[in-house]
Amino acid sequence: MMRWIWLSIALVAAVAGLLSFGDNYLLRLATTVAMYVTLAVAWNIVGGFTGYPSFATAAFFGLGAYASGIMLVNGVPLGVAWIGAGVVSTVFAAALGLAILHLRGHYFAIGSLVVADVLREVTNTWVSFTGGGMGLNVPLVGGAAAAQARFFLISMAILAVAATLTAIWLSRSRLGVALQCIEQNEDAAQVIGVDTRRAKVAAFAISSLFIGIAGAIYASWTTYIDPSDVYDVSLSVKPIIMALLGGVGSLAGPVIGAFVFLGLEELIWRNSLEFHAGILGLLVVALVLFLPGGLRDLKGRSVLTWVRDKMKGRTL
Amino acid sequence: MTPLLTLTNVSRRFGGLLALDGVSLSLTEGEVIGLIGPNGAGKTTFVNVVTGVLKPTSGSIVFRGKRIDGLRPDLVARAGVARTFQVVQPFPRMTVRENVAAAALFAGGVATRTEAVAAADSHLEFCGLAREADKLAGSLSLAGRKRLELAKSLAAKPKLLMLDEVNAGLNASEIDDALRLIAAIAAQGITVLLIEHLMKVVSSSCSRLAVLHQGRLIADGPTQHIMQDEAVIEAYLGRRYAEAQKGAGI
Repeated sequence: MMRWIWLSIALVAAVAGLLSFGDNYLLRLATTVAMYVTLAVAWNIVGGFTGYPSFATAAFFGLGAYASGIMLVNGVPLGVAWIGAGVVSTVFAAALGLAILHLRGHYFAIGSLVVADVLREVTNTWVSFTGGGMGLNVPLVGGAAAAQARFFLISMAILAVAATLTAIWLSRSRLGVALQCIEQNEDAAQVIGVDTRRAKVAAFAISSLFIGIAGAIYASWTTYIDPSDVYDVSLSVKPIIMALLGGVGSLAGPVIGAFVFLGLEELIWRNSLEFHAGILGLLVVALVLFLPGGLRDLKGRSVLTWVRDKMKGRTL
Repeated sequence: MTPLLTLTNVSRRFGGLLALDGVSLSLTEGEVIGLIGPNGAGKTTFVNVVTGVLKPTSGSIVFRGKRIDGLRPDLVARAGVARTFQVVQPFPRMTVRENVAAAALFAGGVATRTEAVAAADSHLEFCGLAREADKLAGSLSLAGRKRLELAKSLAAKPKLLMLDEVNAGLNASEIDDALRLIAAIAAQGITVLLIEHLMKVVSSSCSRLAVLHQGRLIADGPTQHIMQDEAVIEAYLGRRYAEAQKGAGI
């Protein structure tokens, strides 16, 4: 508990510092990391707590972005549009969950992967409603550029904190116990009276609420969205890598992973534009093979002793 | 005596195989009944059909006056039917206590996690697992995991407990411990259906035996009577053995 209090104090101090002194680049970076934290923490509720490897993050993100964008174009106030986008995403996730959450393991992964593609095609084709492949210009939030940047950072940071607090609450709730049981042995969970379908759909819906709102804030932040941008498969993959980096299923893991991932993105990606997808792939393979519990596995040991242990074939 | 569970003409088909073929059986409240039969006789299918894991192809199952056939497993569990698995099914990365507390929380009708933990501790004490409470369930020995299955199913506050080969793989002294435990469970008034392979186990703990053979119920009655039944001996030990017994005048 103390750890969490210190962490929050540090976080608040960092955000306050950024808001007073940060330049545009730092503000943009901080907003991105808040978005990544939101996506990774939300993914972890389904992928980590429940053990269902979802690739539907991009679907909820894009749906939230478009739902909010279309509402804003039609004159709905900003706050209402963002919350509304979360509701749209949640309702969609609940319906989708009823349809595909009975699939397990790889089958569920594939089932969730195609959802973003389907939504992208619908968005592309339904030109009169969505603007189609031309994209959608989202109405500007008024004010000076610097004030806008601060506004989006605050919004995204609040969302990230809300997602994290929800994950903490969930891990201590009755629903959290149900998800933990499902993750470890779904058949046994049912036999001890867990309504597995309801628990899984609830986890999926809660997770998508935050992803949908993240998409909505993103749409207002960038002021322009198009289907290939907000339904991009990398939006589904990145949160998984973040969770893998920090430790799947843990509370702090996805948060730490999001920070580390953004660091890597800034360092490696921009210096190797041609091969960054390749590096992403290698990173996933290395993580799964050597650090299945995430960077935590390295804790308290130098890389050298870790390599030596590995060579001797000891388990971590 | 009112029947606790009544199966009427229950069948379950897997493709061309009738795993259960028109089984009718009635369990009386408070009894310990053994369900025996050779490998592949349909014993585990019987448990799966009653607990809702499988839907019966035909027939009806009534538990405490309510139809439960085709009901989801979690609802059957909450109605008061608990089971153990032949292959133990713990939540491996939860502690022993958390495993049992989860069962109390969902099927046992306990309202809060604190109460669930308290209930779990008493069930662990009863099953002789109190010292193992903080270990991870995955680290227990086979005998320990079998006891954990028992503790979990008891935490679900069952009226009917079906034990699927709870003694398989245990040594003689572990079996004796398990039998004492089963007797103590029955003494609490819980109806026990013991699915067994080992004759020694059923003959000492069950007052009544039901025998499945190729999906059909071929015998049902008091233990002593059933164990001398010709059809049962034939199904179990083969025709030649049965004929030799008759020839020897036993």
